[in-house]
Amino acid sequence: MRYSYYPGCTLKTRAKAYEDTALSTAKALGLSLTEIKEWQCCGALYPLNTDEIFSFFSPVRALLQTRAAGEDKLVTLCAGCYNVFKRTNKAVREDGELRRKINAYLEEDYMGEVDVVHYLEVLKNDVGFGSIAEKVKKRLTGRKLAPYYGCLLLKPRAEMDLDDVENPTIFENFLNALGATAVSYPYKTECCGSYLSMANEEIASAAVGRILNSAYKNGAEAFVVACPLCKYNLEEYQSELLAASKDPQLKLPVFYFTELLAEALAL
Amino acid sequence: MKRIGVFICWCGSNIAATVDIDRVIAAAQKMSGVVYADQNKYTCSEIGQAMIKDAIKEYRLDRVVIGSCSPRMHENTFRKTVESAGLNPYYLEIANIREQCSWVHKDKEAGTAKAISLIRTAVAKAAMNEALFAAEMPITRRALVIGGGIAGIQAALDIADTGFEVDLVEREPSIGGRMAQLDKTFPTLDCSACILTPKMVDVAQHEKIKLITYAEVDKVEGYLGNFTVTIRSKARSVDLQKCIGCGECIAKCPSKVASEFEEGLVQRRAIYTPFPQAVPNKPAIDRAHCRFFTAGKCKVCQKVCPADAIDYEMADRLLTNQYGAIVVATGFDTHKLNNYGEYAYGKHPDVLTSLEFERLLNASGPTGGKILRPSDGKEPKTVAFIQCVGSRDKAKGNPYCAKICCMYTAKHAILLSEKVPGSKAFVFYIDVRTAGKDYEEFYTRAYEECGASYIKGNVSKVFPDGDKLLVRSVDVLSGALVELSVDMVVLAASVDARADAKELAQKLAVTVNAHKFFTEAHPKLRPVDTQTAGIFLAGMCQGPKDIPETVAQASAAAVKVAAIFSKQSLLGNPTVAEVEPKLCSGDLSCMAVCPYGAISEQVVEERRGREMVPRKIAQVNAALCQGCGACTVACRPGAINLKGFTNQQILAEVDAICL
Repeated sequence: MRYSYYPGCTLKTRAKAYEDTALSTAKALGLSLTEIKEWQCCGALYPLNTDEIFSFFSPVRALLQTRAAGEDKLVTLCAGCYNVFKRTNKAVREDGELRRKINAYLEEDYMGEVDVVHYLEVLKNDVGFGSIAEKVKKRLTGRKLAPYYGCLLLKPRAEMDLDDVENPTIFENFLNALGATAVSYPYKTECCGSYLSMANEEIASAAVGRILNSAYKNGAEAFVVACPLCKYNLEEYQSELLAASKDPQLKLPVFYFTELLAEALAL
Repeated sequence: MKRIGVFICWCGSNIAATVDIDRVIAAAQKMSGVVYADQNKYTCSEIGQAMIKDAIKEYRLDRVVIGSCSPRMHENTFRKTVESAGLNPYYLEIANIREQCSWVHKDKEAGTAKAISLIRTAVAKAAMNEALFAAEMPITRRALVIGGGIAGIQAALDIADTGFEVDLVEREPSIGGRMAQLDKTFPTLDCSACILTPKMVDVAQHEKIKLITYAEVDKVEGYLGNFTVTIRSKARSVDLQKCIGCGECIAKCPSKVASEFEEGLVQRRAIYTPFPQAVPNKPAIDRAHCRFFTAGKCKVCQKVCPADAIDYEMADRLLTNQYGAIVVATGFDTHKLNNYGEYAYGKHPDVLTSLEFERLLNASGPTGGKILRPSDGKEPKTVAFIQCVGSRDKAKGNPYCAKICCMYTAKHAILLSEKVPGSKAFVFYIDVRTAGKDYEEFYTRAYEECGASYIKGNVSKVFPDGDKLLVRSVDVLSGALVELSVDMVVLAASVDARADAKELAQKLAVTVNAHKFFTEAHPKLRPVDTQTAGIFLAGMCQGPKDIPETVAQASAAAVKVAAIFSKQSLLGNPTVAEVEPKLCSGDLSCMAVCPYGAISEQVVEERRGREMVPRKIAQVNAALCQGCGACTVACRPGAINLKGFTNQQILAEVDAICL
């Protein structure tokens, strides 16, 4: 199975481990992910200004690259990029006026032909969690992991349509396929504080504190994420909270889901 | 030559502001056949009608054209006017120069030209209007009421009390409906069962009412005064004549299933009566969950029945009856909360809907009237009530207000404070709507005397937190984020039309709105009528409303039914289709397009040379024909004409408007 692949900025720097494990596991599962040739930052946030169309150009160019490469699916890893790409693609498909404006600036017309998929969706729909379970060499039996979805993978519901926004299960099913135990806790879809870690650290810190305590209380030993920013916030504020709480047990490492997949496939 | 009179109405400024009346009069006076033209500020007024009558006599008018509002508004009024002046009522023609002209145009010049054109069209048609006479039809003086909740019960009792026969059809094994599920009723806190049960018994005992429970309407044919309705009486598996209602079978039944009446909080048996005060208080077997019907073995109920009333062989029966009028009172469903995962309903047992909470309050409910948490059976000391779950929510639920939730939540807060001393209610609301007699005072009592805290804010999420529930919201009046740890959460789920409302609407040939509530004929002036004559609405099936409104509407529907039944006979609609046998080719295309089954095949003998030859032609049953005109379009040789709208009349109109 062949896909175009859009890494995004963080994947080449701070989240290198995410990209490395995603690419190695894809190879092991017989998936071909080809990085598109020229890409720029996706914009990091989906533009909500209705008269702002320049922010759409970067994702639309990447989608055009995918089409030019003869592929019909573009895979992303970072939940932020996924959110921007998926919503941009839907807007281009459904909003004729926006599509006309964007295409007026581009050399080729893009009509929304390419599908944007997250690597997690590829694993679920194209490979199949059942098939992954069969390929697992080292089952993660006994590992109690807290799936942490955050916001960008799932919301807004009508545009993302990846899973139930309030009670998603795709991470749980993935972890079960690896033999691990998915811990159920009520904060799995709460925001980690996102970019408030730059503007208002108190809010981000409080948000992480709630998530951390809830996961810990329900028996989690580690978090599983699909977003570099979630990982950053969960780790950064956790160490601060740890220092303040004096409870050394309250330490939950944060893994990308691909890292666990690589481990289970013994790569 | 016809002598036509033209009367132009100003309708105050409604028409006169956009149409130059004097110019229309001047133009009308020049039209062929017009001998008189005049104007009036309000033609529908007594003065306006008198002017028409006088002119008919003075100028010996034999056709009348009125340029005014839509014929839907006043056609009947004006028909009576011309009739009282000695003309056939169908000599009248109305040109709609309000809805189809002045209301939709701003340019007076163009509006005037269009009004003249519409008058010319009506004059051309009026010149060809023939006298029509309505046939008299008999009335079946028996009413059908669909739905045995408080709306249907009240309508049935009121019709029966006027002396006419009523059949009351109820889908469930017992009448009672939603009101039977309630504990107390606002704003008086009188017990729902205490005021409902006597009415249920009255229905069962009334000599004019025939109760048909565990049955549904299958098919509806016919028209006002003469409906033919097929009712499916579902196989109850219990012979109501033999059953003595001892309940032995229920006690011994081994199969259990979630009780619909108890909102799934407890289980009932497969053979069951929905609740203790059921009418009839005799069980039915729920075959989908009965061990005998699913596994082929059991028959315990038959063994223990002392009256030999259990009949596993019983089959659905189709009853076909004649009715003169129908009252639809099918009620509502509570809104499904699938789109509200953030409130943890279904994930945490102490998150309840209001109707479930109502069952906890009820003395015959699963907890005997004690407010206890389903999770651990303890009394909740703090309860959060979340309003508008699925109401006033364009994004995920219904855009409309469910109307009853503000009041029943105030009731719940009051009852909580009475039943659990030292408890505290928090009510999260968007607006508190208490329009009703004594309603505001009742709501005031909830927060002034019973200590309920009202917080204006939409709850964003409910987090299960150990044995507590964390409710997160905003208090929009202070702007503060609110996080409350409570013992129980109660969701005021919105109300929906019945899931199958649309299918019933199709059977009845009535309309529903975008949310599947049945549509009244006029939102203000005909709130219990439907657009289909002889079919009336009562209660929630028409839209959200509380018990007093429901009862008032049911009584109103009953009066409408009684008004029909009190007539000697009904006048039919004379604008029906008519076949010209000489022109009919007998290909019967008309029969295929007739929605009312009014056209049949007829064989006539015709002379051909010296022989008499049989030939088939179409025949219209005037009693069934509704005058839609579909057949006149389908007829290739042009042999069918709709009386009052003949092909010649329509063509005369087309000529007048085009030339």
